[in-house]
Amino acid sequence: MTATIDAAPYTVEEVCERFDPVMGLEVHVELNTATKMFCGCANAFGAEPNTNICPVCLGLPGSLPRLNGTAVESAIKIGLALNCQVRERSGFARKNYFYPDMPKNFQISQYEDPIVFDGYLDVPLDDGTTWRVEIERAHMEEDTGKSLHIGGATGRIHGADHSLLDYNRAGVPLIEIVTKPIVGAGVRAPEVARAYVTALRDVLRGLGVSDVRMDQGSMRCDANVSLKPKDTEAFGTRTETKNVNSLRSVERAVRYEMGRHAGVLLSGGTVTQETRHFDEQSGTTSAGRPKETFADYRFFPEPDLPPLEPSRDWVETLRAGLPERPWERRARIQTDWGLSDEELRDLVNADALDLVADTVDAGAPPEAARSWWVSYLAQQANTAGVTLPELAITPAQVARVVALVADGTLTNKLARQVVDGVLAGEGEPDEVVTGRGLAVVSDESALTAAVDEALAAQPDIAEKIRAGKTKAAGAIVGAVMKATRGQADAARVQELVLERCR
Amino acid sequence: MSDTQRSGAGAASGSELISLDAAELARRIHAREVSSVDVTRAHLERIEAVDGPAESGVHAFLHLDAEGALAAAEAADRAIADGAPASPLAGVPVALKDNLTTTDMPTTAASRILEGWRPPYDATVVARLRAAGLVPLGKTNLDEFAMGSSTENSAFGPSRNPWDLTRIPGGSGGGSSSAVAAGESPLALGSDTGGSIRQPGAVTGTVGVKPTYGTVSRYGLIAFSSSLDQIGPCARSVLDAALLHEVIGGQDANDQTSVSAPLPPVVEAAQAGARGDLSGVRIGIVTEFSGEGYQPGVLGAFTDAVRTLGELGAEVVEVSCPSFTYALPAYYLIAPSEASSNLARFDAMRYGLRVGDDGEHAADEVMSLTREAGFGAEVKRRIMIGTHALSAGSYDALYGKAQKARTLIVRDFTAAFETCDVLISPTTPTTAFPIGERADDPLAMYLADLCTIPSNLAGNAALSVPCGLSADDGLPVGLQIMAPALADDRAYRVAAAYEVARGPGAGPRIPELRALETTR
Repeated sequence: MTATIDAAPYTVEEVCERFDPVMGLEVHVELNTATKMFCGCANAFGAEPNTNICPVCLGLPGSLPRLNGTAVESAIKIGLALNCQVRERSGFARKNYFYPDMPKNFQISQYEDPIVFDGYLDVPLDDGTTWRVEIERAHMEEDTGKSLHIGGATGRIHGADHSLLDYNRAGVPLIEIVTKPIVGAGVRAPEVARAYVTALRDVLRGLGVSDVRMDQGSMRCDANVSLKPKDTEAFGTRTETKNVNSLRSVERAVRYEMGRHAGVLLSGGTVTQETRHFDEQSGTTSAGRPKETFADYRFFPEPDLPPLEPSRDWVETLRAGLPERPWERRARIQTDWGLSDEELRDLVNADALDLVADTVDAGAPPEAARSWWVSYLAQQANTAGVTLPELAITPAQVARVVALVADGTLTNKLARQVVDGVLAGEGEPDEVVTGRGLAVVSDESALTAAVDEALAAQPDIAEKIRAGKTKAAGAIVGAVMKATRGQADAARVQELVLERCR
Repeated sequence: MSDTQRSGAGAASGSELISLDAAELARRIHAREVSSVDVTRAHLERIEAVDGPAESGVHAFLHLDAEGALAAAEAADRAIADGAPASPLAGVPVALKDNLTTTDMPTTAASRILEGWRPPYDATVVARLRAAGLVPLGKTNLDEFAMGSSTENSAFGPSRNPWDLTRIPGGSGGGSSSAVAAGESPLALGSDTGGSIRQPGAVTGTVGVKPTYGTVSRYGLIAFSSSLDQIGPCARSVLDAALLHEVIGGQDANDQTSVSAPLPPVVEAAQAGARGDLSGVRIGIVTEFSGEGYQPGVLGAFTDAVRTLGELGAEVVEVSCPSFTYALPAYYLIAPSEASSNLARFDAMRYGLRVGDDGEHAADEVMSLTREAGFGAEVKRRIMIGTHALSAGSYDALYGKAQKARTLIVRDFTAAFETCDVLISPTTPTTAFPIGERADDPLAMYLADLCTIPSNLAGNAALSVPCGLSADDGLPVGLQIMAPALADDRAYRVAAAYEVARGPGAGPRIPELRALETTR
């Protein structure tokens, strides 16, 4: 596989000279409820296979679903945060199809009456403008189990010797959020797609309803893309690209599909309506296994669950308790901290805004908090190959380091060593200071002695200082800092040097 | 327990014990006139005597747990000796339809596809029976997945009607009805989706109750049609049915379709009814349920029952429920539709039968081979009908229309109950028919549920109480009494009053097993 063969034949700019792209984004989010959607089993990622299971999530004969109220609450909160209507009476439906990792061979989902519908999300774009993405609906459903195909080269079902089934994920609550067609974004379509998923992730994270980890599958995006010739109204044939596992991939997948569709259409072909798989390595998509039969899910109302009728009072209580929306919070933070647009965007892009805000909440001045996260800590994260939020240091710990600098216990250089110690797992900042012996030498007599010693060692420089050439003091300060292994306050040393040479 | 203890003063003979009502057995056990172990053993001996062989006996049971039953009986006796019986029915044996999950016995729903399956959990009703100190004897036969009206669809062979072993004991719960009618158990649980408790009750001369939908938990009932299925009691008297009803009823957090309303006071109603006064009660005869297709002997017995109800002081009127004529076709779309989804889980992946797992067949082939071998013809027929009714091109015309008919039936009931306290009809148009007579004619078989289906579609309460023998063949006839949702007590009151007025002479409660005896 080479880049030349796989590259889409047209750039987004070329595509948009002839076509308008239309997108529809479907985002699946696993809720972080303590238990599953319809039973009391733990909803936990990474447990030993088939340990979080019971008759209900295994779909054993005779078992019945029992709805998780927290999942419903999360669904309503998500709807409210996306400016949706909450349906007064909704219900569940069965989506019937066979798959070995689906215990009942039907999925309990919502069909004609999703719990929330008709909303929008104002999505901030890179240039500071906003794009409104209309939300069609968000509905609840249960996740399936996982199949592990053993043997064969690809890990996919074809060529495998046998398959193992893990039902830990079966019954985990999911919310599927579906946009209305996103029309008119033109060359910005890939960016809008990425920005929408980013904004959605931020909203959901702010609500605390999901881990929203695309890398772990707790947030998954399917991107529908089609092209329509500029002078027509009807949408073109769409493809649905799955396996899009990062924010960057959302943008790349849309860009690739736009170019590929244009290539097909401009060479006189027709786009096949199909599911495509995104390949992270090459940044391209490939056709999924063609469906041999027309998928008829035979939806019908789930007879084992009563209709869902959230009371108006409950909905209004949830609405009143919604956290500040991320973009509102950003605007407030920008004003409070006096950040430029660029500074704010850097923070957001570096995933640092929450961390900085939490650090400020823990007592650090905004400027110091911001500076730590975007420079030194960002470098450390980069070196370690992790994201900023994954660094082994908490905002409270950073705030403590800032405080130690402010009260003179640490210099900036020492503070970085304390941070290194925290990252290395040596404990709280104060423990690292003690453990590594990093506190600033603030014993005046010890410092004075060190200054006198340095002056005695370089009498010619001492003489220049006494003659009024205060700039020469730098050499003495350097020597003192060296002698104290950097644990002295350089400014104080400077003062002492001048004092002793008076 | 030794023989000397068993033959102590006041002990009843085994044949007497198996003829007693559950209420009387409970009284004697609690008064320590007889032990639960003795009662249990008498029933186990009766089963031993008449249930087998499968090819010619009553064949009510698919699985018997003598050891477990005797252990439960001993525990009940100990609790009674300690002065702490778990419930009014503690120590009384009970039989369980084999579509209720049990941890200590296999649960098959009479299907090859589940042969030998041992559930890891008890159905809520089973757990409640155990907690109430009842003694589960074993699991009773049924039409596969409760689909049928004769038990001929059981993968393990039909049960036989104790009144005539060449005839069907009704279905799907023919195992439970024949066990109770034959004196193999004083009580049994059934499940009623279209009449599967009431119609077997009618043709075996026993009482069968379909409680209001949502008043008895379905958790652990292998689903046939979730919006219609309801577990209920089978017994030889109205009071016995009420006593069992109160043990199993009430809301269950594991079944979200179970209702929070308090269980209607059915025992109280049965006791009140037994005083024999129905003055002030207005009873409606459903005019649609008579005429062509109804056996004259059945209509005769029904007419006698109507007269008796009038003599008890009830005002009997005729009411028309025109939409009830849609009930049968609507049912045969809704029930198979839900079944096609409920039965999709039987795919050989996790439990039960697995055919073709030889390394040569892919998973979907193993699934197909297993379902081909594991499901019987009627089950396959209903899965196909239901799959078709729900498919994109047919949904509105079939499933959707059936749901509209269901709404009309609910309206007819609502209107009828505005003027009547209860409605009555024959439970089923004919008496027990010969085994094999309708086996190849599904439509004829479906007619057996003609009168019982409306109450499943509407979710209201309905029961069948024996109303004498048909003059043309000497076989039992059932009187169906229907009451509004959550007014099960009304049906019990009327049934108990009728039962007392009818009196004995409705034939032996434990009929002689004539056919069996002649073969010996």
